[in-house]
Amino acid sequence: MSEISFKRAPRRSPSYYRMRRRLGVALQMAALFLVMIYTLFPYYWAFVSSTKQGAELFRSALLPAFNFTYYRQLLDNSVFMGSLVNSVYVAVATTFFSLVIGLSAAYALGRIDFPQRRAVLLIVLMISIFPQVVVLSGMFELINWMGLFNRPSALILTYLLSTVPFTTWILTTFIREFPRELEEAAIIDGCSHFRILTKILLPLMGPSLASTGILAFILAWNEFLFALTFTLTDENRTVPVAIGLIAGNNRYEYPFGQIMAASVTVTLPLIIVVLIFQRRIVAGLTAGAVKG
Amino acid sequence: MSERLARRDHRAAWLFLTPLVFILILVAAWPLIRSIYFSFTDAFLDDLSTYSNVGFANFIEVITDRTWWIAVRNTAIFAVISVALETVLGLMIALLLNQAIPGRGIARAAILVPWAIPVVVSAKIWEWMLNDQFGVLNEILVRLGIIDHGIAWTAGGSLLMGVLIFADVWMTTPFMVLLILAGLQLISSEIFEAAEVDGIPAWKRFRSITLPLLRPAIGVAVLFRMLDALRMFDLAYVIAASNESVMTVSIYARDRLISFQELGVGSAASTWVFLLVGLVAIVIIGVLRLDKAAGT
Repeated sequence: MSEISFKRAPRRSPSYYRMRRRLGVALQMAALFLVMIYTLFPYYWAFVSSTKQGAELFRSALLPAFNFTYYRQLLDNSVFMGSLVNSVYVAVATTFFSLVIGLSAAYALGRIDFPQRRAVLLIVLMISIFPQVVVLSGMFELINWMGLFNRPSALILTYLLSTVPFTTWILTTFIREFPRELEEAAIIDGCSHFRILTKILLPLMGPSLASTGILAFILAWNEFLFALTFTLTDENRTVPVAIGLIAGNNRYEYPFGQIMAASVTVTLPLIIVVLIFQRRIVAGLTAGAVKG
Repeated sequence: MSERLARRDHRAAWLFLTPLVFILILVAAWPLIRSIYFSFTDAFLDDLSTYSNVGFANFIEVITDRTWWIAVRNTAIFAVISVALETVLGLMIALLLNQAIPGRGIARAAILVPWAIPVVVSAKIWEWMLNDQFGVLNEILVRLGIIDHGIAWTAGGSLLMGVLIFADVWMTTPFMVLLILAGLQLISSEIFEAAEVDGIPAWKRFRSITLPLLRPAIGVAVLFRMLDALRMFDLAYVIAASNESVMTVSIYARDRLISFQELGVGSAASTWVFLLVGLVAIVIIGVLRLDKAAGT
């Protein structure tokens, strides 16, 4: 601490300090504005591009042309709509299973004292960060053996690899935040653990389950590697793979307008949900990492 | 609590853990063991039942393959540079969003947008914005007079790697910002007030108070992001398919496995990836002493 020198700043008029503070706020607001341009412009640009037709697309007018032809084409495109249905099915089912399994495990890890608790948590954390490609061949064999190859249901099973450790970890943190006093009376009355979880904790966990569920949904919705590997035909694809595989005849005939329309379509619901549940999502994302 | 009650609790705990254990054995432990097992065989993807043991031949084939080392180098460059940039940028934005300025709430919401967009979609958006002829970025740069004709950003080489890093920084900085912001909010404001009253200059407050107190939060964020960057697949695959200049170890392993149908060699490559990522994780945890700082 010796390096810090205490120098008394020379006294200046109050207006000097007021000016300085205002200047500081103005600079910070300018920086904030730049940050928002940086984060939002690409998505805005995707929307602008998706509403321009033909040659308009290649002129860089900054305002959208509000021509929704590409969106109408998408709605008529049964393959794309099919992949949208697949994505919803896979993501919803994955979220549901991950929440049920995660909640059950989180109760044990967050509420019951048993000797191997730390070890289990550590294994869960390790699984959540190891690369999916590492299990690819074993997973391929498993999927084949179960007769699920090229079926969207195969994806639900494989996605549990990343979503279950994730929901377990976050729900454990959330459960630990509830005061123990909640269940003490119930324990004294000889209430079973199952009843404590379903009758006392569960009614209070709506917000935690919602934020964890949204995060799991986004994980499943965005997954690419397994979806690309375990589905073969167009009608079984999920949306990210469908978009990833759109290609033109050559590099210069790339259907960018259509791709941007598809991109905006599959992302808009996510963005709306994220903005609505903003606080909860931030709570979920940071719960595991910071307090964990 | 009596011994008997404790034992009943342990049993209950494992009962609640049963679904988790079952699923993790089914989709994590078993496939991992099988993948490692296949690494020692000459199996091919089209017929999973006939194969013979080949010892370490596959492992040796992978590490004597020039392309593998290119993939390792690409992955390392990508992970180190993008995580470094994300950390610096994330720290700057988090410090900004921690100030009491008007518009902060909207900015905090806006920062989530790049994070929520699927990687594939982000890749496509950036590919379009960086298109050599019609991309908006070239257009802006030309109008500003910085360049006189469009640059072919995504054509290949180190420029393409730069594009991937740039897109990755855009997508994942929000995660950094959120974790660092959460860390910032755990620091009591009294420390800063005391320092300010003592007349300690802002940059010194940052270096001697903020940064040391943020170390655990930044450490956790760096660990997660680093392991995530090392397994990067979708971004490079969507923008450049199997282009060697940005091929990552994940793409290499999947190519051998699925495209070339060489299950044995592909599994050996993915086992190398496993060892590589495990090693990096151990090193980072050791360096940052995260086990002490964050606990579990």
